[in-house]
Amino acid sequence: MLRWILGGREAQGSLEKGSVLCIGEEQPKNWFTELQVLKGHFDIVRFLVQIDDFRCASAGDDGLVLVWNVETGERLQELRGHSQQITAINTFTCNDGDMSHISLITASSDRSLSLWDPDTGNRVQTISDLQSSVKCLLVLERQCVFVSGGGELCVWNKDFQLQCHRPNHSDTGITALIELPKNCIAAAMDKEIVIYRLTVSTDSSISVAEVRCLSDHQDRIRALINVNDGLFASGSHAGELILWDAIEWNITAYEHILWEESQACTQAEIRLTAPKPSEMSIQHLTTNGRHILAAVGSGLYVYSILTKAVVAYRKVAHDSNVLHTMLLSDSELMSCSEDGSVRMWEIQDLPLSAEPASSGFFGMWTFGRSNKPSAPPLKKVADVPNIRMLELTGDLIGHSGAVQMFVSFRENGLVTCSTDHLLILWKNGERQSQLRSLALFQKLEENEGL
Amino acid sequence: MISSPDVVAFTKEDEFGQADPDPWAVPEEFSVPLSPISDSNPWAKTSYAKFTKDFILISEFSEQVGPQPLLTIPEDPKVCGTFDLNYFSLRIMSVDYQASFVGHPPGSGYPRLSFVEDSRVVLGDSKEGAFAYVHHLTLYDLEARGFVRPFCMAYVSADERKIMLQFQELSLRFSQASECLKAGNRRAFAKELQRKLRDLEYTHSVLQREEGLQREAGTQRMYSAHAVEKANELANVEKSIYEHRDLLRQISSYNKRPRRDPQAVSCEKCINECLSECEQLIEKYAKLARPFSYTGKDETGQEGQKDGEEVAEEGEDVKRRPSYTPQLIKAKSAKCFDKRLKTLQELCDVTFYDATVTLLKETEKGFRGDLCYLHTRRLDKALRRKQRVTNFLFEEDLGDDDEEDERGILRPFCAVNHAVDNYTLLNPPHIVLGTEPLVLDALEPSDPCHPETSNNQDTEPGLVESHLDSSPSDQTLETQGSSEGNKGSFSSDKSGLDLAEKQLDLAKSEAPYPDSELTHEPDMERESSSEDMETTAGDEDGDGTPVSLLEVVSELEASREDQCEVITDGASDILIPLDSACCMAQEGFLYEASPAEITPCVGKSSNLQTPVVNQEPQALLPIQDDYTVGSPGSESPATGLELPVGLFGDAVSRTSVEEGSDCTMSASTGSDRGASPLGYGGVVTLRQRKKAGQGALKFVRQYPFAMQALWCLLSGRTLVVLGVDEGRVRRLVSALALFVPAPGRCGERVQAWLSCPFTLTDLQRWKLIGLQRVASPVGSSMLYSLSRYSRYISILDADHKTLRCPPYRGKLLANIADHRTYIRRGSTYFLHLQSTLCEMAAKAFLFTFTHHLHLPVSSTEGPEVVEGRRRCFLQEQLGLGEEDSQILLYLSQLITQHYLQPSTGGSAAATSFSFNYTTSVLYKI
Repeated sequence: MLRWILGGREAQGSLEKGSVLCIGEEQPKNWFTELQVLKGHFDIVRFLVQIDDFRCASAGDDGLVLVWNVETGERLQELRGHSQQITAINTFTCNDGDMSHISLITASSDRSLSLWDPDTGNRVQTISDLQSSVKCLLVLERQCVFVSGGGELCVWNKDFQLQCHRPNHSDTGITALIELPKNCIAAAMDKEIVIYRLTVSTDSSISVAEVRCLSDHQDRIRALINVNDGLFASGSHAGELILWDAIEWNITAYEHILWEESQACTQAEIRLTAPKPSEMSIQHLTTNGRHILAAVGSGLYVYSILTKAVVAYRKVAHDSNVLHTMLLSDSELMSCSEDGSVRMWEIQDLPLSAEPASSGFFGMWTFGRSNKPSAPPLKKVADVPNIRMLELTGDLIGHSGAVQMFVSFRENGLVTCSTDHLLILWKNGERQSQLRSLALFQKLEENEGL
Repeated sequence: MISSPDVVAFTKEDEFGQADPDPWAVPEEFSVPLSPISDSNPWAKTSYAKFTKDFILISEFSEQVGPQPLLTIPEDPKVCGTFDLNYFSLRIMSVDYQASFVGHPPGSGYPRLSFVEDSRVVLGDSKEGAFAYVHHLTLYDLEARGFVRPFCMAYVSADERKIMLQFQELSLRFSQASECLKAGNRRAFAKELQRKLRDLEYTHSVLQREEGLQREAGTQRMYSAHAVEKANELANVEKSIYEHRDLLRQISSYNKRPRRDPQAVSCEKCINECLSECEQLIEKYAKLARPFSYTGKDETGQEGQKDGEEVAEEGEDVKRRPSYTPQLIKAKSAKCFDKRLKTLQELCDVTFYDATVTLLKETEKGFRGDLCYLHTRRLDKALRRKQRVTNFLFEEDLGDDDEEDERGILRPFCAVNHAVDNYTLLNPPHIVLGTEPLVLDALEPSDPCHPETSNNQDTEPGLVESHLDSSPSDQTLETQGSSEGNKGSFSSDKSGLDLAEKQLDLAKSEAPYPDSELTHEPDMERESSSEDMETTAGDEDGDGTPVSLLEVVSELEASREDQCEVITDGASDILIPLDSACCMAQEGFLYEASPAEITPCVGKSSNLQTPVVNQEPQALLPIQDDYTVGSPGSESPATGLELPVGLFGDAVSRTSVEEGSDCTMSASTGSDRGASPLGYGGVVTLRQRKKAGQGALKFVRQYPFAMQALWCLLSGRTLVVLGVDEGRVRRLVSALALFVPAPGRCGERVQAWLSCPFTLTDLQRWKLIGLQRVASPVGSSMLYSLSRYSRYISILDADHKTLRCPPYRGKLLANIADHRTYIRRGSTYFLHLQSTLCEMAAKAFLFTFTHHLHLPVSSTEGPEVVEGRRRCFLQEQLGLGEEDSQILLYLSQLITQHYLQPSTGGSAAATSFSFNYTTSVLYKI
């Protein structure tokens, strides 16, 4: 595409393999036509948390937590206190009567936990010298407590008093926590999911008991999410996606995503490079209650809960591992990846002449490789009759490092964070210009003319 | 650049004045009035002046040699060529402008300082072809006749009209300079008085001692001739002390008296400083100088003791005060022609003198160029000032000038403090008093450039010498000695004898009230008006206007009141009688309505459109309202008084012609830096921009896709100029920088040369980037960033002469990017460009501030309706296509952001960066 720039031959190769999938510069469906670069972090920004309709907090390896106004791009607060990288961040809403106040809980590698007031920037509570660093946080709003998971499982009340504490047997510790019905919580530990039950006794002391251990995964569990009231889902490093019954803790569906299977059979050459386990690792799961979107390696996989079947997939959606995904609606989704881009997808029905179209398309995204797959890459394409395709509708390019996470504020915009220490606020240019016009005429009125 | 000299020079007078009201005409305040001199052929004037450029001449009416030129600004002797400065000085100084009377007014006991206001006249010498605005002023000099030294500053030009039309500004500028000079002079004068008083006191004490000794030695022969002589001398000295103290009081009251001159505005700070200094001095000498009470004590017979003490004190004083030792004052005054008169520098405090010269230099710079040039520049500026909202887009920055102007008006000019503000020497040095010698000692070595001390040193050698002659040991013998080195006491020889006796009597009677002013002594007045002082009319209460003149003034005022609008609101008008032979004014009077005084009465400015000089009705052009008096529509009282000439702005543009292209980002040394005015070095000046016009013209003529490139810049798409050769890239960037909207004061939105890969932040910051093409790993990463951000940028390849950008098919830019253009000169193209860009900015302004194009008119309207209306406006009313609309939208966005900036606090929030997703195409040559 940009060969003309080079003025020579030397850099051609590097350029050509640069883009696996290119939508081009014309993106009529992409309404993010304005951006603001938010600077403030000094290291990788890993987490973004939405505080309310216009604020979000970002946290990163520099131990800083910054609170931003998404509407203006202003940095509202700078929460300093952690000496090492932040490992988990969550909002904590506690209903004290009518007043519900949002706080931020952060956990850091310096083995401390802190509670912050995002309005004032004050550190309200802090606990240091924990036995191990906390890797995940779960807030149980009904009980007004929160659970921290890491080397051990601890339950804290809103005043940061340890309610109960349960040491862990496995080496890896708890990597994910979700809340289940009937006062249960599920914790992902290596290959197992352990179900705990919280019991609040009459003197309001809380105890935790291990109820069940689900060890159906063959590999490390990378993602654990609630799907709806009756289901939760987990994804493993080996590409297993399991849907569980949230009450009975049974497997309701099992899907093993194996991208390379068919290709490996048909293409001998691929085998040399292809079967890296990360390529089928489920990095991230997200759901809207009807679909589950799994980020598998550098691909995307949409699974319908109703039909218990794959709806659409894209094996190579990004040039590199997908780190975070989101379902905007039943047909629109968004993903970000280590390649530094955010892509927006639409689930579209395949045109009737499915086969040639798809092969042609596939040919395009395997541009850099020496061979094109000559056959449909997955047998599932043939297996599943009503499969649809993921069409790229737009991409956001701005970060120069991996995009770690993003948070959508709907029409207010989208915030992305990245390893390049930056946050980018993507906005709808037209809407912004209208807002600015409004502000202009307001100011004009205030000033009573120019 | 709304107007250009080229255009104005050719305007015709046809429809001027009586045109029918044209419905499409621009509103009055935005219209460009025709040049006042358009009715005459600008080239017809044949100047037979012997100098080529205007200059400022400072002359003095020396009491010894008559009128003499002192210096010219600029100081280059080439400036005045064969022009006879001596002759011209004679002409300008021969105006008896102020009837400067000095000496003793009837009814006061002591010599009075005449507080003479400055006068401003326009003189012409048609034979020499020279015309001048002449500003007369007087400085005080203790040794001069009547303590005054008349000076004048003249702006000399071959163009009479220029002076007449610029009279107001010239007057303002020169008043400023004059005030500054006078302030410095008062300070120096007070210092001189102080020194003199110290000398007198010393002399007094010495005389007293002598007298005492004599009396002791020969009580029997009370009235020997010698004794009488001594007594007379003592009385003389005492009188002298009184007189000098009175002078000190007078000079300190200078600022308290009502100013007659409406243009004379002086700096509060300076006045206060001067006042406090003088008060200190007066206090000091009120305490020290108690010669009469001292004599009283002497008579009681404690002489011996006293003497001893005094000698001791004296000795100490001498020891502690190496810099200055009081000297004996001789009774006889020097002959007028014997003494060396102080130079202008000596008459004035160094700081003030330098500030004055700087001011005058700036004035000279500001008035360079012919009237036409000045006029158009002024128009341009006045119009631009009315479009503050959009000026930031393409116009050079006016901000500074405005600030300067406003400051100049709100805080009346104090050139010294302006100049000294960023100096450590913020507090002007205090006059060192005799009792604080240690302070002086401490000051002197540490602060060699201390104006005060340096001034002291300048004037001291003579004093020191004479002191050596009259060392304490033989001082008694020297009192009658030769008059060399005598700096002139003003008590005269002739009246010395009786005066001395009277003084003695008086001294005795007045002894209990040593501080009282002796003005009620009728005898004294006549006596003290000694022969060597020119006695003329008296002035009461320090009023600078002579009585005789006042009568004339009042008469004239009465007669004129019906003809011309007189500002009645307490503002004083001065009618200055002029020598009709040498004055340009036919009526013989200059009517001065000062801007400074008008300020409070802007409210009723409808009748204030007073011509600066009545003889020049052409000066009353509509646009001139802005310069002369406050127009009713002006937003602030200050606007009416804005100095139309941006002295400072122009100074910048002239002095910083050398490009400040210390580009910090540059990795290699540029082959020709001269081509690039951009960088972080400094403000991009008009001159540089004009120069860039040449480059832009070249670009337009050379590249067929210039239009597309310009469109990218104007629609806010970052343009990257890629090339191997730094010189070529820099040249291109500096040429294209003209098209970057809102480039920032110092061209912050332009990066002339970058040799590392850029990031998104850079794209957000810079709208035009010169990028080095390198064939190395660095180069490939740079190319990677180019391809990665390709959707945000357009790339102009300077080596292969290609441009990759979205297609542009509009017509808006055809006008400025026509590669078959007939324009050959860069500056012409620049003006052409400026007018096109200005038009765009005006459209964008209209678009931005038209409410219904952005917001729904009623609640029932949806955004689609507004959108449709906007599109309709752009396409049908402005006739813009899709791509051309983008330019306008971008400009409008910039205007909006700029307008909102102060309220939102642009510093906290990052600026946003807009873009759109369109395919690019590759243009080749």
